[in-house]
Amino acid sequence: MDILLSSTSQGLLWSIMAIGVYLNFRILNITDLTAEGSFPLGAAITATLIVNGIPPWIATLAALVSGMLAGVISAVLHTKLKIPSLISGIITMTGLYSINLRIMGKANVNLLGESTLMRTVESLGIKSNLSTLVVGGIVTSLVILVLKAFYSTETGLAIRSTGDNPSMSEANGINTDKMEIISYMLCNGLIAMAGGLIAQDNGFADISSGIGTIVIALASIVIGEVIFRHLTFAKRLMTIVIGSVLYRLMLSLVLELNVDPQDLKVFSAILLTVALASPLVKLPNKGKRKTPQVKKKGATTI
Amino acid sequence: MSPVLEMKNIHKSFEIGTVNENHVLKGIDLTIHEGDFITIIGGNGAGKSTLMNSIAGSFPVDQGKISLEGKDITNEPTMKRAKYIGRVFQDPRMGTASRLTIEENMAVAWKRGKKRGFGIGVKDEQRHSFQEALKRLDLGLENRMKMEIGLLSGGQRQAVTLLMASLVTPKLLLLDEHTAALDPKTSQMVLDLTKKIVEEEKLTTLMITHNMEQAIQYGNRLIMLNEGNIVVDIAGEEKQHLTIPDLLELFHKNSGTILNEDALILS
Repeated sequence: MDILLSSTSQGLLWSIMAIGVYLNFRILNITDLTAEGSFPLGAAITATLIVNGIPPWIATLAALVSGMLAGVISAVLHTKLKIPSLISGIITMTGLYSINLRIMGKANVNLLGESTLMRTVESLGIKSNLSTLVVGGIVTSLVILVLKAFYSTETGLAIRSTGDNPSMSEANGINTDKMEIISYMLCNGLIAMAGGLIAQDNGFADISSGIGTIVIALASIVIGEVIFRHLTFAKRLMTIVIGSVLYRLMLSLVLELNVDPQDLKVFSAILLTVALASPLVKLPNKGKRKTPQVKKKGATTI
Repeated sequence: MSPVLEMKNIHKSFEIGTVNENHVLKGIDLTIHEGDFITIIGGNGAGKSTLMNSIAGSFPVDQGKISLEGKDITNEPTMKRAKYIGRVFQDPRMGTASRLTIEENMAVAWKRGKKRGFGIGVKDEQRHSFQEALKRLDLGLENRMKMEIGLLSGGQRQAVTLLMASLVTPKLLLLDEHTAALDPKTSQMVLDLTKKIVEEEKLTTLMITHNMEQAIQYGNRLIMLNEGNIVVDIAGEEKQHLTIPDLLELFHKNSGTILNEDALILS
């Protein structure tokens, strides 16, 4: 029961990151590695501000804004300087490492005894083991509602069509560069906010906390996609939350087996591989013939 | 009144400075008047698509000037020109965003050349006019507006793309062999629809085709390209009485070569 509760709580927080990654990964078809820099950036900003007495909710919003700025940098490198998206993400991520160190002044900022969003919720009379669940639940719901509304606006449609078919979008007068920049901002804003929230939950911000986060996010997305296929946008975001919770659950179960925590990243990598490859394995079971077309779809099916 | 489109001495080469350097357009001069329905024909590599892409702004031209209703658009990017130009591509998948629904695709086209804000993407009143427009296709799509467009057949997608290109009345409609990838029956359906839309909306149109018969049958003006030059340009009366042998002879007289591309003659 404890495992279920803690996995759900943490899964909710991590799902905000996964939803952010989804916006670039699936909607724009871009694998944006800025994530591994914007995640600790959010953590660094939030932790530093909280230590300096800023209210936690402002510190969390500051993380969102800082992530958006990081997103703008990657987006401009990609769209204006025509650097391939994979490399522009790596460039920003690398640069952010130094910036994050500057922000924190050291490799690790402790939040023990400081006021965090979770503590604020506890002070309202909610049990301490439920506080993360409440914070995660509220923020995740807000994020999904806002994104659902945004992606059905004129601009939202333009972003989706840019990801789907850039030449058609340009032929319809869409400024595709601008749409990519907006998507990068949303994506990294959410990732940084998740970094800030998770730092508050963990009770510390760490310079190396970004390592491997993109794999965690991708695994959550793909687990959601493998279990539930062909869904509309808002439902898809919800399955990412489910995927994220399941991922945490699997992680906890692996830890229960007395696996050394330092081996967890291998587990993450294997899990992502299995999840990505699973559509290929599943098809013959459904009695479908293996046609090249079906095969090609594989992992990219949404 | 200034013509809809004016191209002066347009040159375009690809892969300049390599062994593959290819001088595709060699000084095209073309004036398109309002209400013109021009069919463009020519062999492989004659420069048909390059001509159309340079009008749409897919790449900058090396030399020359393009103006639309008297305004110089030579250096404007595609997304700016989109305000005036509607376009249907050869590949049915190119003209629509496959993961968007039919109505979402149409809503994207509805905003062509206009500012996109944070209003609702598909409004109810739009939905109504989309439905009316789709009814004209007679494909039953008006009842499937919330379906992902990627699930439609090539012909259906091409028909919707054509509607989308004319949803906001374009100053110029570009059709780049838009029926070439379809089976004969669907191809005819899309051609009929093209004729209907172009005539009803009185659209100035440029249509590339690979088929001489189509080139003669449709439109009021015919242009034939050969190795980056316009070798035949006839309109009006003369075009109406044109036959395929006439066209072949004109081509021979003007270009000094014999057209020996089977596909062009036989299809």
